[in-house]
Amino acid sequence: MSLRIVVTVKYVPDATGDRHFADDLTVDRDDVDGLLSELDEYAVEQALQIAENADDAEVTVLTVGPEDAKDALRKALSMGADKAVHVEDDDLHGTDAIGTSLVLAKAIEKAGYDVVISGMASTDGTMGIVPALVAERLGVPQVTLLSEIAVEDGKVTGRRDGDAASEQLEASLPAVVSVTDQSGEARYPSFKGIMAAKKKPVESWDLSDLDIEAEEVGLEGAYTKVESADARPARTAGTIVKDEGEGGKQLAAFLAGQKFI
Amino acid sequence: MAEVLVYVDHVDGAVRKPTLEVLTLARRIGEPVAVALGAGAAATAATLAEHGAVKVLTNEAAELADYLVVPKVDALQAAYQQVSPAAVLLPTSADAKEIAARLALRIDSGIITDAVDVEAGADGPVATQSVFAASFTTRSVVAKGTPVITVKPNSAPVEAAPAAGAVEELSVTFSALATGTKVVSRTPRQSTGRPELTEAAIVVSGGRGVNGAENFGIIEALADELGAAVGASRAAVDAGWYPHTNQVGQTGKSVSPQLYIANGISGAIQHRAGMQTSKTIVAVNKDAEAPIFELADYGVVGDLFQVVPQLTEEIKARKA
Ligand SMILES: Cc1cc2nc3c(=O)[nH]c(=O)nc-3n(C[C@H](O)[C@H](O)[C@H](O)COP(=O)(O)OP(=O)(O)OC[C@H]3O[C@@H](n4cnc5c(N)ncnc54)[C@H](O)[C@@H]3O)c2cc1C
Ligand SMILES: Nc1ncnc2c1ncn2[C@@H]1O[C@H](COP(=O)(O)O)[C@@H](O)[C@H]1O
Repeated sequence: MSLRIVVTVKYVPDATGDRHFADDLTVDRDDVDGLLSELDEYAVEQALQIAENADDAEVTVLTVGPEDAKDALRKALSMGADKAVHVEDDDLHGTDAIGTSLVLAKAIEKAGYDVVISGMASTDGTMGIVPALVAERLGVPQVTLLSEIAVEDGKVTGRRDGDAASEQLEASLPAVVSVTDQSGEARYPSFKGIMAAKKKPVESWDLSDLDIEAEEVGLEGAYTKVESADARPARTAGTIVKDEGEGGKQLAAFLAGQKFI
Repeated sequence: MAEVLVYVDHVDGAVRKPTLEVLTLARRIGEPVAVALGAGAAATAATLAEHGAVKVLTNEAAELADYLVVPKVDALQAAYQQVSPAAVLLPTSADAKEIAARLALRIDSGIITDAVDVEAGADGPVATQSVFAASFTTRSVVAKGTPVITVKPNSAPVEAAPAAGAVEELSVTFSALATGTKVVSRTPRQSTGRPELTEAAIVVSGGRGVNGAENFGIIEALADELGAAVGASRAAVDAGWYPHTNQVGQTGKSVSPQLYIANGISGAIQHRAGMQTSKTIVAVNKDAEAPIFELADYGVVGDLFQVVPQLTEEIKARKA
């Protein structure tokens, strides 16, 4: 039987752009170019490797996001994923992590899965909690933050490098996995891949397809509320000296002046 | 007075500093009830009591160590049901964020991660966060349920506030899912004898400019002279010059020390994300146009192989 892999990918504002907030204190997505979150490219890469090593596998990429989020799906398809699902609905605007995990879990169930692979964190929200939330909702093992992963014989194994220790983990499928940026460089789409991606199927689902009520998601359904967002005052320019042979000593004098020595 | 649950991060009974900082913040909202789990949990009580824990709920079941995350969620949920707290606070770590998230979902509450400050507000705790690579500061509240908040290291002072700290065994019934992900083996991280990166008052970092694993010795020598932790940019880590556990930035550690010294680091947005909130920033870089100088309180444009050893020697001389 075919191994069904679902990869969750997020479309995010470019971190090197001038990211800011919209009037309703949600992330502004109009003024900054968006892209497939770089950290989710690692998830796509691992999914493709697992599929290549399996007898028979199918990789579906899934995103929850606005119209433009299709770009993220296209990129993943051009890397080699087989098909894509885009969950898009006007009522999703302002959805928080808890709401996103609901939509993802319902969509993953509808798509059918043996293993879900996510990135370690989105590059805009950087919470790193959606995979754990999706695992909780699906009621399957979470095998998260892996720097090394293998899927074989109905099992997922991998290494999680934590603060205090490095752990070797193991769980039976179905499971939810997330991978770090230590898991291996993501491939670039080839020209052939880019051409092939244009013909790959992209399904669009809205909230009613997933039996989710509008009140459960969006700004209204959010469990947290941002009350204010202020640009951090730019750091005031400091003293810059050119080393003419005494740079280290000058720096020591500065540190002494600040009582660090 | 309302009670506040505080999740304890400890290694075999040794409480890590961020937990004590969280106790300081918890006391602004109510009376801290600490939850310590896993081997050595009971041994945490004295330290926690000294810093304001009125009660310490402990459980040392083997499941807590043998399986990933979920047993701890079960235990924290049991504590939640027993105490009915006004909020649940945890020191941010990879494990704690995942534990917090799953707990929030189970108790139908909102979650805020990586707070850098927590204050009591009219409608419950208000959490301050630093977002978009620390270019914005937001203030948020939890709109539904009992606020679950994870707090970054170095967000509050450690304060002595002696309290009873009575130890109570927490009774936990593990869920069917608790044994889903087995921890087959665990290799503890070797101690370097230097301060923890996230807890250190001073961090000395090296980047691609350090140009080789063998050269990191000059970064370490400066760090040791200052009693500092050693950090590295992702470029240095990816090149294999320094361990990933020392990476500073978006996908590494987020640090907020009194002093950050960046050597041979350009200052890419993803690196800034992990160090921009440092109190004082110093940079050594041979390229005067490097973006790191935009953040620096003091910068030296020069070759780090000249400047850093001279700095180390000068500090030695001044101390003598
Ligand atoms: C999703 C994502 C996540 C990322 N996460 C992180 C992260 O967590 N942490 C991180 O650091 N990066 C991260 N990066 C990478 C980041 O974009 C940069 O590539 C990286 O920070 C560059 O490291 P660097 O400054 O050491 O190297 P470079 O950018 O190459 O800079 C090296 C600097 O050293 C200077 N130099 C060279 N020789 C000398 C010398 N002899 N003396 C003095 N100066 C010298 C050069 O002038 C230059 O400015 C991430 C990227 C992405 C896409
Ligand atoms: N809107 C979304 N659509 C698809 N996947 C998502 C979305 N938001 C988060 N994810 C997945 O969850 C991971 C962690 O996200 P976060 O918890 O937001 O940091 C990401 O790397 C994605 O794999």
